Amino acid sequence: MKRRSLPVMVSLAAASALALTACGQAGQGGGSGDGPIELTMWTHSAGNPAELEVYEKIITEFNASQDEYKVVEESFPQGAYNDAITAAAASDDLPCLLDMDGPIMPNWAWAGYLEPLDLPESITDELLPTTVGTYDGEIYSAGYWDAALSIFARKSVLDANGIRIPTIDEPWTIDEFDAALTTLQSAGYATPLDIGAEDAGEWWSYAYSPMLQSAGGDEVDRDTMLTADGALNGPEANEFFTWFQEAFEKGWASNAGTLGNQEFVDDEVALSYTGVWNALASIEAVGDDLLILPPPDFGNGPKIGGGSWQWGISSSCNSPEGARAYLEFSFQDEYIAEFADKQVVIPATAGAEALTEHFSEDGALRPFVELSQKFALARPETPAYPVISSTFEKAAKDIMNGADVKSTLDGAVQEIDANIESNDGYGF
Amino acid sequence: MLQTTTSSAASAAPPAPVPEKADRTRVPRRSNRAARRERRTGLAMAAPAVLLLILFLIIPVLLAFGLSFTNARLISPNPPRLVGIDNFLRAFSDPVFLRSTLNTFVFAAVIVPVQAALGLLLAVLVNQKIRGVTAFRVIFFIPVVTSIVVVSILWKFMYQQDGLVNSFIDTITFGAWQGTAWLNDPNTALGAIIVLSIWQAVGFHMLIWLSGLQTIPEELYEAARMDGASPWQQFANVTWPGLRSTMVFVLVTITIAALGLFVQVDVMTQGGPLNSTSTLVYQAVRKGYREQEIGYGAAISLIFFVLVLIVSLVQRRLTRDKED
Repeated sequence: MKRRSLPVMVSLAAASALALTACGQAGQGGGSGDGPIELTMWTHSAGNPAELEVYEKIITEFNASQDEYKVVEESFPQGAYNDAITAAAASDDLPCLLDMDGPIMPNWAWAGYLEPLDLPESITDELLPTTVGTYDGEIYSAGYWDAALSIFARKSVLDANGIRIPTIDEPWTIDEFDAALTTLQSAGYATPLDIGAEDAGEWWSYAYSPMLQSAGGDEVDRDTMLTADGALNGPEANEFFTWFQEAFEKGWASNAGTLGNQEFVDDEVALSYTGVWNALASIEAVGDDLLILPPPDFGNGPKIGGGSWQWGISSSCNSPEGARAYLEFSFQDEYIAEFADKQVVIPATAGAEALTEHFSEDGALRPFVELSQKFALARPETPAYPVISSTFEKAAKDIMNGADVKSTLDGAVQEIDANIESNDGYGF
Repeated sequence: MLQTTTSSAASAAPPAPVPEKADRTRVPRRSNRAARRERRTGLAMAAPAVLLLILFLIIPVLLAFGLSFTNARLISPNPPRLVGIDNFLRAFSDPVFLRSTLNTFVFAAVIVPVQAALGLLLAVLVNQKIRGVTAFRVIFFIPVVTSIVVVSILWKFMYQQDGLVNSFIDTITFGAWQGTAWLNDPNTALGAIIVLSIWQAVGFHMLIWLSGLQTIPEELYEAARMDGASPWQQFANVTWPGLRSTMVFVLVTITIAALGLFVQVDVMTQGGPLNSTSTLVYQAVRKGYREQEIGYGAAISLIFFVLVLIVSLVQRRLTRDKED
């Protein structure tokens, strides 16, 4: 090797090493040069072409509608999205516009990642309450749609077994529900109910904490947000989790099987506790025989989880006015309707409902709108939510696997309370 | 040793017997200037690697060390506070942490001897001079090049109540014995992960054993045969002593890989049922990242680091003593 090439080589190597460390920079986009100010935007919807298509349409039309701002979109797969945000936040490199799963919002707002949304009230007042994310009296996020859970059943199966068909005004009581499951099991459905227990992650809190709330418990004491004691381990919670454990012991439900709603479509289960996003496929398979039923009433009325993906503006945005202008532009009924139909989710405004094929007055998926209006309950709006959710999931899984209900819940409460305490109450 | 062996399959070539002493005597005398230049060149060549090591290894380890004495959070407006050894006290009174430590060592205690022995057995088998032996080598090696995430997802299906494993058991026992849902039972979940992990990685160690086997000169076997040694005697007196340095390498790599068990658990069981498959690394990720308690997570990682260090030192000590 020639001697004089050495310094070159070393500097090249050093430069590439530095470049490696810098390549994570997503960049805010330069706004100082000529031309429009660039607004970076991250979504979790890679792998969801229907959703992406609408975003691309909105962005193209927004960019064409004026020449002050230019939105540049980047999509991530949902599984990696929260990690990408956390990493970007830690390195102070958040995009201008970002979407987030509803319950994580307070955590990010508390950490100072988000800017109050400050959209005109004429927009936010029109939205379904569960699609507007409020923390500490301020609105930080808003979404175009909500999702809802329900119980899918076949009318023919319920009729054949003499099971009453519940309505929104008169849902199944828990005793009726138990009796129905027993009947269905003896009618030949080995595990009559698919509640999606093979899933992992946020699904557990989203799907099962409403059941706990229907029984009178909760994930945390919502009055103070300072302790889970009494809410997650009170007598109501013990009763609910005992039911939960027995549902697996008796074989009503199982955590084997596949993700999604295929078992119901194949008629391997009679009842399926699942979301609006699976409804179209089920209608296709089952047709008019499909029933969209409210979940059972564990004592305090049925509950379902509210709050889906919503949009916020990061506090490090170089042009919050531009981001706000984009969001204002995007909350048009026709876009919201398009999201709703393409993705099969509940539109956030009444105006959009009328425009949709599935959710209008005589749409096939209309029951979901009513379920959402009547029973939706947001998950606790506290920065402690990621810990609460993870602890809830672990405790519920242990109970499913046969752990002692009372001591498991007491342990979970202890873990949550210790965490809240070590964070000085998360500002509450 | 620690770094080169943990850095995955790519860099893990078997340690060929290096004729160190011969090298040293061959170094010619040089002038001071030439020696200085050589040193500078050496440093320059090492610089990129050293820079990366500092950036991605030394600094993170130092950071973890510092963080483990604070209550730092991944996401928080509150500045981190020094909490002394609270995190360590908490770890040693945390039943999930203790269970994770136990699981990790149980896993390693089974994996290390079984996988090493099985790898050696396979290596001896595919070292025969018969037709089609390359095909067997490839077959045993395929799981190694398959992503562990993919392997875990596939095996998760196979381990289900009505999965492939149970229908196989059902068939060969003519229905006399019913399998369970392997990953759902606290008594079998860790065992199921052990079996999968051995299957996945044994090919890699087979390959290393194989390269070790092929360094043993054929003349030794010829001599042994002329002395009338049986195949077993050949193995015990020629093959096994010839594999000494390979054995040390295989043991150390398996041990470190086994202690770092994470992906299988994350994909298949998330530490459940009832903590029966939770491991140290999994617990560190769950606490430090998913629940955002980076201080506590750092403390767990630090404990893990010290434990691995102790195990490696003990192993080194044991293998070195015999050499003398």
